[in-house]
Amino acid sequence: MSTNVQDIHEDHHHTPSGLMRWITTTNHKDIGSLYLWFSLLMFFVGGFMALIIRAELFEPGLQLVVPGFFNQMTTMHALIMIFGAVMPAFVGLANWQIPIMIGAPDMALPRLNNWSFWILPFAFTMLLSTLFFESGGPAAGWTLYPPLSLQGGNSMPFVILSIHLLGISSILGAINVIATILNMRAPGMTLMKMPIFIWTWLITAFLLIAAMPVLAGAITMLLTDRFFGTSFFTASGGGDPVMFQHIFWFFGHPEVYILILPAFGIVSTIIPAFSRKKLFGYDSMVYATASIALLSFIVWAHHMFTVGMPLAGEIFFMLTTMLIAVPTGIKVFNWVATMWKGSMTFETPMLFALAFIILFTIGGFSGLMLAMTPADFQYHDTYFVVAHFHYVLVPGAVFAIIAAVYYWLPKWTGKMYSESLGKLHFWLTTIFVNLTFFPMHFVGLAGMPRRIPDYPVQFADFNAIASVGAFGFGLSQLLFIYILYNTLKRDVTAEDKVWDGAEGLEWTLSSPPPYHSFEKAPRVE
Amino acid sequence: MKKIIYLLALVLPSQILADWQVNMPRGVTPTSEIAYDIHMLMFWVTVVIGVLVFGAMIYSIIYHRKSVGHQPAKFHESTKVEIIWTVIPFLILVACAIPATKALIMMEDTSDAGITLKVTGYQWMWEYEYLEDGVNFFSKIDNKSNNARRLNSGKDVNNVENYLRNVDNEVVLPTDTKVRLLLTASDVIHAWWVPELGGKKDAIPGYVNELWINIKKPGVYRGACAELCGKDHGFMPIVVRAVPKLEYEKWVSLKKDNRVAESQNIGR
Repeated sequence: MSTNVQDIHEDHHHTPSGLMRWITTTNHKDIGSLYLWFSLLMFFVGGFMALIIRAELFEPGLQLVVPGFFNQMTTMHALIMIFGAVMPAFVGLANWQIPIMIGAPDMALPRLNNWSFWILPFAFTMLLSTLFFESGGPAAGWTLYPPLSLQGGNSMPFVILSIHLLGISSILGAINVIATILNMRAPGMTLMKMPIFIWTWLITAFLLIAAMPVLAGAITMLLTDRFFGTSFFTASGGGDPVMFQHIFWFFGHPEVYILILPAFGIVSTIIPAFSRKKLFGYDSMVYATASIALLSFIVWAHHMFTVGMPLAGEIFFMLTTMLIAVPTGIKVFNWVATMWKGSMTFETPMLFALAFIILFTIGGFSGLMLAMTPADFQYHDTYFVVAHFHYVLVPGAVFAIIAAVYYWLPKWTGKMYSESLGKLHFWLTTIFVNLTFFPMHFVGLAGMPRRIPDYPVQFADFNAIASVGAFGFGLSQLLFIYILYNTLKRDVTAEDKVWDGAEGLEWTLSSPPPYHSFEKAPRVE
Repeated sequence: MKKIIYLLALVLPSQILADWQVNMPRGVTPTSEIAYDIHMLMFWVTVVIGVLVFGAMIYSIIYHRKSVGHQPAKFHESTKVEIIWTVIPFLILVACAIPATKALIMMEDTSDAGITLKVTGYQWMWEYEYLEDGVNFFSKIDNKSNNARRLNSGKDVNNVENYLRNVDNEVVLPTDTKVRLLLTASDVIHAWWVPELGGKKDAIPGYVNELWINIKKPGVYRGACAELCGKDHGFMPIVVRAVPKLEYEKWVSLKKDNRVAESQNIGR
């Protein structure tokens, strides 16, 4: 598709300029960019809250905030990072990449696409506004366990409404992804010829559609318990607080894979490109992703081994959880086999992808340990758990997102980022992320519970190190902003096929790609 | 890096009381010991897998790079190796699941307990009732910690003995006795946890959960609430003093005498 034809098309459309362009846009690239910028903003908002937490935990004793506010910070940090940073980043990548990777002109449902993005700023404005209420924001943890969450102040209905909106946005986005992938692939691109990133997103979209309504049900019941006199979860009215946890984690565990499956897809795209070798075991990668998704629906109660389940339940959930290690292991082995006897180079996206494999696997190891119910009785609700899920989410999901941005940024913008700055960003981020989260394993095992604003002095040293790491990590991300700015400003144009080992339809387009990505569907052999 | 070293140099000397414990305590009960054993088993399993996988990866990164002139191979699938690395991890998992399941069955067997201690969680303290011996009391954070922990208290918490780990009324339990704990809560969910006595269990309103401990060694064991229960969740410690049976019986009768004295005072 030549750029000239493209220009004529933009004229035809008379797209509004300025702010209205972004508000009314139905273009997958514009919406993808909106999602990614929004996610970056939320990453810094949630990161700022994390730094408040780490600043308070730098030393034992309370120095900066009162415990009630501390709890608001841990709650909001989680909600914002999950629903505001990681999920929108993946949807942004889906928007940018799905059409140009499957040879389509745009997403299947462009107006729905616009709507699913523009719900987000309103939802997060409402969520964040609760911090300025007299009674403060939500403070019962992002898991919103009753009866504690029912004690909250006026923030509760606002938080619930904003989570509903986020759920609507996610479901609409997921419908769009499924409709696009199933209907708009280039002729010749059978399902088993799709790029692996498309496969992981297709499966993620089904998880979203299955899981988000469950969360909606759980929080609606919380709402009626609080305001309409029902007793779904209050024991004094005949309700059951543990039932909430079952419903919540029936959503929550698929949600965990919603946050990581697209990351698997990204890493499975980047590793072959820089190893100059095809992805090892494409078919088994697809089957492994699908089995992880299916297993995610029968493992939820491993988040609640200490609630006093019957022995049979504990054994069942321990065994199903352990099973997840098999498909996850297959993925890691396939990545290593892809690198094996390749011809590797180590540009920034590859560095982030390699760090992903090692650090995500460390998170997987602690996950396997957590699956063992007898040991989990000790790990549960300690910093060991905090270390575990931050290892899979930060050097896991977030590293994959950063890798994807470096990998496709030259394609999106037509400009090449500075490789030396990218590498500096990588090394700073990787060193500090480990400095932040690795010591948390130690304090957790030594007995430090999570979600506490202050701690006995025996945990002081490792907490001080973690806090230093967190500030280093946060500051390193300012470099990322500078690199993005620098890329757009500098005069280094990117080639159409940016990486010599990369495969896929997106590299046949110009950099940046034309407004309507593929006007004429390419043929895939 | 320099910055970190300077910062650490500033912080570390002030933490004289701090230590560098990096692992789970083995503890003093059968349940804590089995939890530790399963933990160490899984730790070493993951270490071995990690060494193999990361070793292969690092070897590949060193030798299969373009800058040393390595040409990419063409292979990209093999059903045989896929089956191998599906079956072997599965067998490893089965091997781990067997001792874990056995441990779990042992941990959940609360039968034949010598004494029963009912624990009720409140925001933010614990109530203990010795069902057979008729002793009951509340236990909350001690005053020294409680004063020092306030925002801008002006007190150096490093000088507070057992900061955040001390209570006004300790739980006293006999050693070498199977103690059954019945856990519940009156307001929100709490969790009772003393690491050296084994795993935690949630105390949930409307539920009575069971947990058993059998302390093998006399001593003072400290823990805390492990389920977010509101603003003072971080400030509801647990202290268990384990004493020989005879001493325990003395303590019970002393407690009872005190209670009689107290009720007489109230009556007056």
